[in-house]
Amino acid sequence: MSRDASRLSLILLFAPFVLWIGLLIILPQVGIGYTSLREKISWNEYSFGLKNYVDFLGEPVYRNTLLRTAWMSILVTALALVMGFPIAYYIAKIARERSRAALFLMCLIPLWVSDLVRAYGWIVLLRETGVISTALVKWGIINQPIEMLYNDMTVIIGLVYTVILFMIVPLVSTLQGMDDALLEAGYNLGGSRLTVLRRIIIPYAMPGIVSGCIITFMLTAGSYLTPILLGGKNSSWFTEQIYNQFITRYNWESGSAFGVALLVFTSFVVWAGLRLTGQSLATTVAKD
Amino acid sequence: MYDLSCADVTKSFGNFTAVRNVSLDIPSGSFFSILGPSGCGKTTLMRMIAGFETPTSGDIRIKGDSVLTLPPNKRNVKMVFQHLALFPMMTVGENIAYGLRCRGESKSDIGPKVARVLDRVGLPGSEDKQIDQLSGGQKQRIAIARCMVLEPDVLLLDEPLGALDLKLREHMKIELKQLQHQFETTFLYITHDQSEALVMSDNVAVMNAGRFEQIGSPKALYDDPSSGFVAGFVGDSNVLSGTLTEVRGDEAQVMLDGGGLILGRVCDASKAGDKVEVFLRPESLRLGAGAEGTMMAGKVESLLFNGASSRVLIRVDDQLIEVADPEQSSSLVKGADAQVRWSADRARIFARRSA
Amino acid sequence: MKPSLRALLAGTAMALIAGTASAETLRLLTWGSYAPDEVVKLFEEEYPDIDVEVTFSNNEEMIAKLRATGGTGFDLAQPSHDRIYAAQLEYNIYKPMDLSKINMDALTPNLVEGVKANTTIDGEVYSVPHQWGTSGIMANMKEAPDAKGWGDLCSEQYQGRTSMRLRRTILLGTAFGMGMDPFALYADPAAYQDMLDKVTEKLIDCKSVIKTYWTGGDDLSALMLSGEVVVSETWDSTAFKLYGENPDIVFVPPETGALAWIDTFTIPRGGEADDAAYKWINFVLRPEITKMMSASTGAIAAVPNGIDLMPEDKRAAISAAFDQSDIDNLKFFANIPPGIEDMEGLALERIKAAN
Ligand SMILES: Nc1ncnc2c1ncn2[C@@H]1O[C@H](COP(=O)(O)OP(=O)(O)O)[C@@H](O)[C@H]1O
Ligand SMILES: [Mg+2]
Repeated sequence: MSRDASRLSLILLFAPFVLWIGLLIILPQVGIGYTSLREKISWNEYSFGLKNYVDFLGEPVYRNTLLRTAWMSILVTALALVMGFPIAYYIAKIARERSRAALFLMCLIPLWVSDLVRAYGWIVLLRETGVISTALVKWGIINQPIEMLYNDMTVIIGLVYTVILFMIVPLVSTLQGMDDALLEAGYNLGGSRLTVLRRIIIPYAMPGIVSGCIITFMLTAGSYLTPILLGGKNSSWFTEQIYNQFITRYNWESGSAFGVALLVFTSFVVWAGLRLTGQSLATTVAKD
Repeated sequence: MYDLSCADVTKSFGNFTAVRNVSLDIPSGSFFSILGPSGCGKTTLMRMIAGFETPTSGDIRIKGDSVLTLPPNKRNVKMVFQHLALFPMMTVGENIAYGLRCRGESKSDIGPKVARVLDRVGLPGSEDKQIDQLSGGQKQRIAIARCMVLEPDVLLLDEPLGALDLKLREHMKIELKQLQHQFETTFLYITHDQSEALVMSDNVAVMNAGRFEQIGSPKALYDDPSSGFVAGFVGDSNVLSGTLTEVRGDEAQVMLDGGGLILGRVCDASKAGDKVEVFLRPESLRLGAGAEGTMMAGKVESLLFNGASSRVLIRVDDQLIEVADPEQSSSLVKGADAQVRWSADRARIFARRSA
Repeated sequence: MKPSLRALLAGTAMALIAGTASAETLRLLTWGSYAPDEVVKLFEEEYPDIDVEVTFSNNEEMIAKLRATGGTGFDLAQPSHDRIYAAQLEYNIYKPMDLSKINMDALTPNLVEGVKANTTIDGEVYSVPHQWGTSGIMANMKEAPDAKGWGDLCSEQYQGRTSMRLRRTILLGTAFGMGMDPFALYADPAAYQDMLDKVTEKLIDCKSVIKTYWTGGDDLSALMLSGEVVVSETWDSTAFKLYGENPDIVFVPPETGALAWIDTFTIPRGGEADDAAYKWINFVLRPEITKMMSASTGAIAAVPNGIDLMPEDKRAAISAAFDQSDIDNLKFFANIPPGIEDMEGLALERIKAAN
């Protein structure tokens, strides 16, 4: 192949990636950042300034919802980690080669159906007249139907179910790289199961833990349908407020400011999380 | 009392028996090697001693007490793994302190102990180094230090030199032996490399297909192998196959498959008429004419210069015979006629090994 | 490489040409159920060169979509009559209608006039009515026979068994229920804010009574049919549908008047198939098509005998719900001045976030 042709193929190979990053990620962010700085004076009259951000900070409803969203996302992330780690460990280290693929597929099941269908699945199961409550009454375990829907716990369960895969995949891939001899060395040198877990397995899996946590946290904080459909009368979620700003209030300027606030705040939470646990992206996620 | 004893230890995986009726006793402070080809069950035996596998039958005793019911982390045998298994997320110091911390020693004790052991393995002050900053030989020493700081009854080493390059391997052989002296700890060393086993060990067990063929000092194994397998595996040998025609006292006559009669010494229960192999060490052979012993005639095929271990290759019929020629003194040239001779008691005859 | 590249380009070009060469397309932006398959099929049979492409949406999203594209991407939209004037002034997303192309005789004159009054800008008319319906409450007569107004949604006697949608309708309904007239206050933002504050307080108190906020028709239907909820805010069409499945569930026009909306036909500014759009409008206003449409939507067509063209069960549901005084008492949504929705949005968020 001639030089020109190989350069052409290189460009062709990279073009989709550059376009994707440029058109779908950078450009909209720039647009949103720009819109968020526009202040609406009256119809079709705008000036530039930070009013949208000032309004955001001045209204406790928004601040509190953002904090609430972040807290619940942290909780979801923690639960996904606690539940995902043993599963990932089983898949990576204990399961046989052949069952490994099947187990992976099982983790993928939640992604086979859309968010909406998944949420309706939970609704059918958990509502007061739903499958679980009815069955429990029938078996005499409870004597009054109970409502398991429309509260924060349900939202958390639904979100954990949705995002746990994104925790498991990076964990499996780091754990698979761990030589079993490290564990045996850990025991041989006198470590108990707990010591080996705490001092060897977890530190070794740290890159996977960090990237899994970042992905699940970001996905959770940015999710929309699950918290809306499963949540109850008090379950505010920040993305819902962004939707409201854009769609029901026609207030794109403030909606953009909210979007920027979500991005900045979640990034801050990730940064703070890394600092608090003494990790850095360079030594974990970016590590070969 | 022995630091480590195994009595009739057997390990089966399903139908396959990886270790069969192995017994050994290792005296305190000695360097004991298990030598055998890859796949013969060495690692499996060591893993049973360390507690990662349970013997199907038999007993393992450390300092006289059976350890079969003890979990790995309660046995005072420490192991240097084949690929060392240093913890990559810890510094050198943390790696070494790991076992001490597991044991619950106080911080104030740990620091000095780590420093002392690093000193003894010749890497003082490297506590804060990262594992991937170390060279192969340094990693080796850290892996040993990590075990030795715990003052184990027995140190197990599973082919620890396998991953090193040749030069370093030669060097580490000597160093390991010195370390063992220094620490005065019992070493159980596994290898498939006979030169490692012979150089370092007080005693060597030669293992084949799950069982021990012979246990003895390196010299005993070399000079007095008890089976064809040992004779072939320990040290270099020329192997000639033939049929035993006559046994007279110590001396026996073998008719070679390629033709020709030679003399040797029967070392096992072979009888006249059995298929046998004759093992000739290159250094037991002489070149040139002479009176005593037995002799074969051939042509010089090539001269292999290697300093003190230089060799001459002689072609006899369709067989190449290696003869030691330490000084390259014989004024042989390629293609010249040559005679190879030996005294009959240096040619060992064993029943032919199954292919 | 080269030939395959050329093939690739050729393929792309073909695809582009094929894309533009297909039949005329009518891109409809409307409510779920406002374009039933059988109606689309009949239309395409009658006009074989027109393809109908339907996107289901709601008022807010219709406007947001058109605003985002500057009024392009769709050829016919169906926003409610109160959502046209301000959106047009502010975002310029619609274009005036050519009433001469529409069979105006088919439409109910007072609804036409009502919509005209709401959607005339600079002498140009932007919309004609299609179907109308109301929002009010729906009650399960077995469990809540006395429900009669917006206030019942917050009544403690139905503790945990009421529901509403947290959107502007419930703000307006609650204001009426509290004896205020929000439409009269539209012109005075300060007074409107004052009213909103009172409504917000009331609805925050109400949170302890309601079970949950519903978010869509399916959601609401499940809550009512399962009996988990006995009184709820609703669209009358949803109530009429449920009446068919459980005659205990009826629509109750609140005593302060049901809130009435008229869904219109409005052409986006960037519409590219005006002729097809007018064809669709005239087509769906035909009596036999109206019948199918009403059966699907549950809403009443803006044609003189609209109620008679409803299917049997829906007609029964309507007569169970409305009498003449209810019809006289309808409160038609008034044009929303700009800025009002922003105030309402904040109120709604405060309610949702309150504990
Ligand atoms: N867990 C196991 N299951 C089945 N077979 C095994 C297992 N571990 C080892 N083996 C078999 O036992 C034999 C001896 O293995 P090993 O002890 O590792 O040999 P060496 O260390 O001498 O090379 C090999 O054939 C190996 O395949
Ligand atoms: Mg091995």
